[in-house]
Amino acid sequence: MSARRIFTRPARIAAIAPYLWMALFFLVPFGFVLKISLSQTAIAQPPYVPVFDLAQGLTAIKAALAALSLDNFRLLVSDNLYVLSYLRSLVVAAVSTSILLVIGYPIAYGMARLPQRWQGVAMMLVIVPFWTSFLIRIYAWINILQHDGMLNKILLALHLVSTPVVWLSTDSAMYLGIVYSYLPFMILPLYATLAKMEPALLEAASDLGSSPRQAFWLVTFPLSLPAVGAGVLLCFIPIVGEFVIPDLLAGSNSMMIGQTLWLEFFTNKDWPVASAAAVVLLALLLVPLSLYDRLQRRQLEDAR
Amino acid sequence: MMARAPNKLSPFNVVSLALGLAFLYLPIVILVIYSFNASRLVTVWGGWSLRWYTEFFHDRAMLEAALMSFRVAAVSATLATLLGTLAAVALSRGERFKGRTLFSGMLYAPLVMPEVITGLSLLLLFVALNAERGFWTVTIAHTTLTMCFVAVVVQSRLGSLDRSLEEAAMDLGCAPARAFLAVTLPLIAPAIAAGWMLAFTLSLDDLVIASFTTGPGSATLPIRIYSEVRLGVKPEINAICTLIIGLIAVVIVVASLVSKLSSSRGESTAPL
Repeated sequence: MSARRIFTRPARIAAIAPYLWMALFFLVPFGFVLKISLSQTAIAQPPYVPVFDLAQGLTAIKAALAALSLDNFRLLVSDNLYVLSYLRSLVVAAVSTSILLVIGYPIAYGMARLPQRWQGVAMMLVIVPFWTSFLIRIYAWINILQHDGMLNKILLALHLVSTPVVWLSTDSAMYLGIVYSYLPFMILPLYATLAKMEPALLEAASDLGSSPRQAFWLVTFPLSLPAVGAGVLLCFIPIVGEFVIPDLLAGSNSMMIGQTLWLEFFTNKDWPVASAAAVVLLALLLVPLSLYDRLQRRQLEDAR
Repeated sequence: MMARAPNKLSPFNVVSLALGLAFLYLPIVILVIYSFNASRLVTVWGGWSLRWYTEFFHDRAMLEAALMSFRVAAVSATLATLLGTLAAVALSRGERFKGRTLFSGMLYAPLVMPEVITGLSLLLLFVALNAERGFWTVTIAHTTLTMCFVAVVVQSRLGSLDRSLEEAAMDLGCAPARAFLAVTLPLIAPAIAAGWMLAFTLSLDDLVIASFTTGPGSATLPIRIYSEVRLGVKPEINAICTLIIGLIAVVIVVASLVSKLSSSRGESTAPL
């Protein structure tokens, strides 16, 4: 038996603890979400019926199962509030992801073309804001965007506007906050791929008569498409369910689904409807999630 | 058009880099500067002062929340590092095993899963288990999220390691466990350390999952900050944020020094 094979068995044993942990705290909870999304709201603790009580035996469970219903899902489909929330979430995520790609690609490309010793520094500079609190970065923008904040002061000083502009509680502020927060997620996968690209490919294109611009569109960009996919998914999926940024920066007249779910749960204490909203959100994200999973797996198989 | 070596920086590259970095850093710099502002009005400059820092150190509720956050972050980062490293070893050295696809799926999904879903589902589990909500429920929730980040960081380091080293150790008679401890572990130690620090800062940062899984009377720092921020900009919040940024800067410097000191060979490919 080769040395490599001997190593695999203990490595598999290493999987047991994290496997059980993730099964219990990541997979099983979805079962509860599904179950409670089929329950009825109640003024009780916990605020839903039926409550499964295993101690009462099989008949009680059968009765409880019979009491499950699709009412919450019917509500989600029939009430405009929810339908509009889902639509808005998808639109906001699509628009922000496009902006992120347009802004992030040139930055990643610039990083990849820096001299080798500067690339590490540039990567560090992009990663640092990712480590800094999400909340703090949004708060930093509230400082700048508020009525008598930095941005309005500069605009007034330059005589670009005559009265302060309302920035907070607008969609522009929300998009700004989202792009700002997710930019590292877009840049890093792009940079990782662009930096590894073989320079000889571009030299060959140039020798064969391409201008640098043609070489970029014919060689560099097509080869970076998997990274574009990774960056897009890394941004799009979490943005759809974003709560903090729209809550603090956007106006209150239209909500994203993350906000609606939060409101149902914390303010209205309607756990079943919040759960149903989560189930539908998850269903919407199933396709992008599985694409992302496949991409991740392929990348790691390559690395192995 | 002038013939240019295809791999040189163009002015366009330089400008996009400079603008990009300015965009990332300016808001944070402004926030830090204004935390030293003597004026109560956040937008009027009244000279340098430390009064908002003093104010924070007299704010009992804020300090308690900060303490709670640090305890959660320390315990959950440690648990996450243990579990995440085990998971990374299993994925990169375990070849194919039953349930591997599910295992890797469960590890990658939380990286992008919207936090409202993760938070809500964990809360429903804790309610079903009749667990008392507070320190331990938040810690378990953060461990679940951050161990996935640790696994990715450690796994990418394991993937870039030369496996002939551990194979040589076993050919020379080391048991697999011994070969792992004597050869592999020292080589991936920088990635493990970086993973711990990433887990620590992610836990310190989290608002959504903590809001769902905590109980009354045990708010974390982001929960407190969030409820203050909703009421508007306050100079004291600038001071707290500056302290957190300073702490994270120290963590990052330590992390990069550690990885520089111990990974002389091969660049770190960890993306995070």
